[in-house]
Amino acid sequence: MSTHDITVTINGAMTSANVESRRSLADFLRHDVGLVGTHIGCEQGACGACTVLIGGRSVRSCIMFAVQADGADIQTVESLAPGAEMHPLQEAFRRHQGLQCGFCTPGMLLRSLELINDNPDLTAEEAREGISSNMCRCTGYQYIVDAVLDAAAEMRAEEG
Amino acid sequence: MTVPEVRQHPEHLEWVGKSIPRVEDPKFLRGRGNYIDDYEVPNMLEVAVARSTMAHAKILSIDTSAAEAVPGVVAIVTSENVTDHVNPMPDFGPSPDKHTWYCLAVDKVRYMGEGVAVVAATSRAIAEDAAELIEVEYEPLEPLTDLLEALEDDAPLIHEALESNIPFQRNFTFGDVDGDFAAADVIVRDTLWWGRSGGQPLETVGAVADYDAATGMMTIHVNSMSFTHFLFLLANTLRVPSNKLDLQPHPSGGSFGAKFFEVKTATIAAMMARITGRPVKFMQDRLDNIANGDHHGSDRYYEVELAAKADGTLLSTRYKVVDNYGAYIQFGVGQHGNSLAQAVGPYRMSSIGYDLTAVLTNKCQQGAYRGFGSEVGNWILERMVDLMARELDMDPVDIRRMNFIQPDQFPYFIPTGNVYDSGDYEAVLNKTMELSDYKGWRERQAEMRAEGRHIGIGVCTCQERSVFSATEFWFWFDEPVAAPVTSAPESVTLKVDAMGAVTATLYSNASWGNSPETMVAQFVAEELGVEPEDVSVVYGGSNQGMPATGPGGSRFTIMVGGAVEGASQSIRAKAAKIAAHLLEANEDDLVWENGGFAVRGSPDQRKELAEIALAAHMFKHSLPEEIETGLEASHVQDHPYTTMPNPERTNLGVFYPFVGHASHVVVVEVDPETGRVEFLDYAAVHDCGTVVNPRSVGGQVIGGTVQGLGSTLYEEFLYDEDGVLRTPSFAEYLIPSAMDSPTLRVGHNETPSPYTPYGIKGGGEAGRMMAPSAICAAIDDALGIRIRRLPATPERIVEMVDAKD
Ligand code: FES
Ligand code: FES
Repeated sequence: MSTHDITVTINGAMTSANVESRRSLADFLRHDVGLVGTHIGCEQGACGACTVLIGGRSVRSCIMFAVQADGADIQTVESLAPGAEMHPLQEAFRRHQGLQCGFCTPGMLLRSLELINDNPDLTAEEAREGISSNMCRCTGYQYIVDAVLDAAAEMRAEEG
Repeated sequence: MTVPEVRQHPEHLEWVGKSIPRVEDPKFLRGRGNYIDDYEVPNMLEVAVARSTMAHAKILSIDTSAAEAVPGVVAIVTSENVTDHVNPMPDFGPSPDKHTWYCLAVDKVRYMGEGVAVVAATSRAIAEDAAELIEVEYEPLEPLTDLLEALEDDAPLIHEALESNIPFQRNFTFGDVDGDFAAADVIVRDTLWWGRSGGQPLETVGAVADYDAATGMMTIHVNSMSFTHFLFLLANTLRVPSNKLDLQPHPSGGSFGAKFFEVKTATIAAMMARITGRPVKFMQDRLDNIANGDHHGSDRYYEVELAAKADGTLLSTRYKVVDNYGAYIQFGVGQHGNSLAQAVGPYRMSSIGYDLTAVLTNKCQQGAYRGFGSEVGNWILERMVDLMARELDMDPVDIRRMNFIQPDQFPYFIPTGNVYDSGDYEAVLNKTMELSDYKGWRERQAEMRAEGRHIGIGVCTCQERSVFSATEFWFWFDEPVAAPVTSAPESVTLKVDAMGAVTATLYSNASWGNSPETMVAQFVAEELGVEPEDVSVVYGGSNQGMPATGPGGSRFTIMVGGAVEGASQSIRAKAAKIAAHLLEANEDDLVWENGGFAVRGSPDQRKELAEIALAAHMFKHSLPEEIETGLEASHVQDHPYTTMPNPERTNLGVFYPFVGHASHVVVVEVDPETGRVEFLDYAAVHDCGTVVNPRSVGGQVIGGTVQGLGSTLYEEFLYDEDGVLRTPSFAEYLIPSAMDSPTLRVGHNETPSPYTPYGIKGGGEAGRMMAPSAICAAIDDALGIRIRRLPATPERIVEMVDAKD
């Protein structure tokens, strides 16, 4: 099995690694880098549990090879709250109980962050459509939509 | 046991009833959930399972030579030698020796996807590579997937030892069914099909096993531990002494039944760990979970008759049910106990006939799915009540309302023997009508119809039973197959340390996306006067654990609430002795208030729990002789209300006594050309007794409703007539997305149970138990059709419209 040297920036830190050609980005992040917040639900690109941001855009890390990420700037859920304080999005998810089992949550958070960054004034309709890329089997999505809207408002206020 | 005492619930509750933020959330929000796949140990191997490509075939030979040659492969077990390593799986089925179930297929494969070999290798990828190279020679046998064909004399046999495909058949009669039917003015009849869907949690099942040959200890980390007090059965499967098996729970990324006593994954990991002498992880992939996960939901065919008086008074229901269990039948027909627990719904009916036939076919076996079969019973009954309303030209709301069991009739014994502890169905219905603006919608519906739009309104009023009793494992039989088990306990240990900080230890894998830590923190806060966020909740392994059962049948919150209550009483009793000594007061003169003991009448003379705890831990020799060091107590909560079935099984006793209720009103618009269903409004009012955390119950209701929507409109494990599984991934097995899901308006009504701590009833399964009935009624109303088969996919809806025209 051939291998490749890659260099990626993960949550702001540059990392070099030697990866098998077939190593998925999700497996690389979870098992080689130890960032287990990126979850695996289907390995097929269907569920979005493995969502990470690359250059600020959401990507399904289960259907991308680690070698394809060479040179990329990757953001995982672990970046949201490096210290004691949680990110406003995380706080909003907590306030609204936008999670139950927590398995879709890292992907949902990153997808929501992308949505809010794209459009800080998003409507409920837009938030719902936006997160429809990601499956949640627990919540029925409603409290996630509430959390995204609330977080967007908070983040606007913080920016403002 | 007879009837438990009626409790006097406290007037004022400090924490129970508040939507505090969940204490389990920060770790999940940070991606530090400690899920099973996050757990890795040095030197660990991983396994992959080679699965049957045939639905039904004899295994002639298995060639593993190419697989063994793959560098990194450490061990392979196949169908040919699995019985050398393990005993059959724990099996609560009717006659396990006649439909024997191992962790891999033995002699023949019985469904597509059944395991035929397992490979342990240094990585999952290598294990998968090797599994692909395993060559199995099959002799195809005729596949059987249809439940009615399974009944035919010349049907192929799934298990030759059984000599038929019918592991269970019995016709139950509860009350005077014939008399009630003879007295009826109207009888409506229908045939109905409930298609197979399943929990499909986003996280699959996994296990990491480690066997220590020196001590003989088998330790397995799992995300599926429940039925903890039955783990000796797993020890038997693994051929280890029961006191040398330890299961360590990890939070589950959802279950909905799919991880309920799922020990096949643990068995495979443990078997390979013992063979290789190394830690072994088995993490199912999605295909493993869909095709071979042992937790498909109900798959039933019904012929039903409902009898009523001309004025709409319901009298009796006669069911003929055939249930397609798939290749094995691990929990027996327990899914029907769930139906029988609430067989008359919220209605006064004096008899029930229930003729139940279980069949085996070439499908993956059934297990649990949110509702555990009771959701099917609800749907059938509500379908029939709607049909009766149509027949009598009555409003579907009116026929329900006039048949409700009335508040002064509780506790109400239904014909099957189960009791409904309390309820106020009319209040729930009224609230739902208001919340949904039912009248307004009926008016708008008329206007919108005039514009040519297909608008439908559906109503359901259904029960949610909670807290099963173990009698339902065996009341099916004249003689219990194993033992007439009656225990289904839940335990907790509370430790107040020297600083007064409380740790609660739970003994089952309670974290499945419900909120066990929040519930326990709220209970401890209520009982001991601490802040919920200061309570530390941890999980004990099974080996040092206390008797526990875990979530299932909406039991956990009530049972663990009772355990916390009992342990807190012991802690307060000891604390009172210490406080009396410290305050130089008589124990009888102390009152417990706001987290400490005070002398009655002089509130300034008081000791806080922390002060008492410090004394309890550090000052043994300053305290009265009989007080031992420490402040810790455990409590085993047994089922609060169970009675035995009668010998004739015309009365099954009380086995699911805390019965909630809900009403949903749904407004849909359906496109008759495409079959697309759009939700215009969705109102749901639930009564699960005293609500511990309204927001988390709300979340359960919404999430459950969306799962119910999935079972109603999209989800089905579809096998074709050749036994080929047509829905092996999320590309075919369609889980509702955010765009498919309605925004609910959720209301609560609270009719406290007289028999449970604080008056709580279980509420975790409710949404899924109601949604199918209300949604089908709404679609029927929109199009003038009658849905008789689930899922009512867009194609099927269009077919029904076409058939009508
Ligand atoms: S795991 Fe990547 S989309 Fe499901
Ligand atoms: S919270 Fe469980 S899958 Fe979303």
